[in-house]
Amino acid sequence: MLRAIGVPSVEDLFANIPEHLRGTLPIPDALSEMETLQLVQALAAENLNLAGRPAFLGAGAYRHYIPAAVPAITGRSEFYTAYTPYQPELSQGTLQVIYEYQSMIAELTGLDVANASLYDAATGVTEACTIAINATGRSTIATVGGLNPQYARVLRTYLHQEGFNLLEIPEEWVLDPEQVAAALDESVAGLVVQSPNLFGSIEPMADLAAAAHDAGALFIAVSNPLSLAILAPPGDVGADVAVGCGQPFGIPLQYGGPYLGIIAARAGLARQLPGRICGATVDGEGRRGYVLTLQAREQHIRREKATSNICTNHQLMALAATVYLSLLGKQGLPELATLCAQKAHYAARRIAAIPGFALASDAPFVNEFTVRTPVPAAEVNRYLLRREIIGGFDLGRVDPALQNYLVLAFTELNTRQQIDDLVSTLESLQPEVAVEALQSAGGVA
Amino acid sequence: MADFPDDLRYTTSDEWVRLEGDEMVSGITAYAAEQLGDIVYVKLPEAGQQIEQSEPYGEIESVKAVSDLKAPLSGEVTVVNADLDQNPAVINDDPYGQGWIFRFRPSNPGQYDSLLTAEAYEAKTKEG
Repeated sequence: MLRAIGVPSVEDLFANIPEHLRGTLPIPDALSEMETLQLVQALAAENLNLAGRPAFLGAGAYRHYIPAAVPAITGRSEFYTAYTPYQPELSQGTLQVIYEYQSMIAELTGLDVANASLYDAATGVTEACTIAINATGRSTIATVGGLNPQYARVLRTYLHQEGFNLLEIPEEWVLDPEQVAAALDESVAGLVVQSPNLFGSIEPMADLAAAAHDAGALFIAVSNPLSLAILAPPGDVGADVAVGCGQPFGIPLQYGGPYLGIIAARAGLARQLPGRICGATVDGEGRRGYVLTLQAREQHIRREKATSNICTNHQLMALAATVYLSLLGKQGLPELATLCAQKAHYAARRIAAIPGFALASDAPFVNEFTVRTPVPAAEVNRYLLRREIIGGFDLGRVDPALQNYLVLAFTELNTRQQIDDLVSTLESLQPEVAVEALQSAGGVA
Repeated sequence: MADFPDDLRYTTSDEWVRLEGDEMVSGITAYAAEQLGDIVYVKLPEAGQQIEQSEPYGEIESVKAVSDLKAPLSGEVTVVNADLDQNPAVINDDPYGQGWIFRFRPSNPGQYDSLLTAEAYEAKTKEG
């Protein structure tokens, strides 16, 4: 066999493994189940458990209440272990869920067609840009400073690899449509705008859509889908494609994932949509049924001509979102979004009144806003964490020039008491931080 | 209806061409339609589009595959069959008649003579 494949010896098959890693690894003896559990519990105890603790961190993932019915349904083995519904006759349960999910997303975004979901919003943004590039034949994507940096990074990697260009339009808290329009030229295939943006501000979407269309580009709207319950949906303001992260819909924070990539588009772009799409039809006896459709878009059929390598979805996460949305319903969802907004506005009013703190801008916001802090945001967060409060998103991580800016998010889980405690903790910050800095400099615990 | 009408010329990529004065009409052959299965979508070219012999000018999609449509001659597209939007399956029913895909004005009419005759094309499908 070695002769047949032209390899001198068995050892040569492992040539790619670094020398020092070959042979026997120094693995300790096995532990008993009880010892293993103790070891793992000790490691887990080094984390601060989010449960029951006040948290004000958002910037793309939000802690909302998840009704017990959601895990009760997603945990059912028929859903939990189901594979891809390539055989519709065996998979009507899965397919019906996808169809309902797609219907809800189309309604929420105000667009014509949604797919069965993508992995996350970052790849969703990338796929939306691919749609724009293919639809216009142009090769530049324009993004703005208010786009979530994780989405922007993934987009940058993808565009670079594919040989396309990225035009990054700087932003100061909220966009000026005229400034954006001036930056767009005829090389731009699509303009990507997030609203509410990274800073929490609501962007002037209709004007930005017009600016994009005037330049012959597509308008791609990125949003927290919960906000769409009370804001004008992307379809209504001129978006050609809408993307977002569906984590707020019944999906736990889970240390960053899995989350849910949402994408929807207007009817003319249906054949450019990546990933799985489910359609309704009738069977041989005229009964309503569901099937995967427009499959010739996908790479397992179109191969190298497919617009995307994605031919799957986040089925279990989409199921969670579908159950969650069914439970909240058309009335509950706007009520929830309004509640979050009310808490955020209450907090904003109180925090803005603290000496040394100020709102970064007076742009309208929903459940998230940015404050200017008297000391770097990272220090504020450390100060809060020492009191077992999880703070906000430090914008210094995105841009060192913004190190004194903190983005705070509020959900229905932040009680008024928690918000008042946050405020009084921030009020105590300036003198305390000075004392603590002296103490740690002097080596006193 | 013959599977290989002899008033047409054919390409090795399974397109047919009919000469109509200054213009030509083109579509895919009955053999191609049969191989593809039920046609569900045709990505048509646009009127005015320049086409080059053997280069893709559009796409044709069935339930199980997507194929390029390749230009039989070089030239300019004049009219496309808009009926194919609503009823792409007509290509399966009547590929040489109602299932025509587009009309064009050839820029190099001499290319027509080097296309396959019905007999040559039929022979090729039997080898294929």
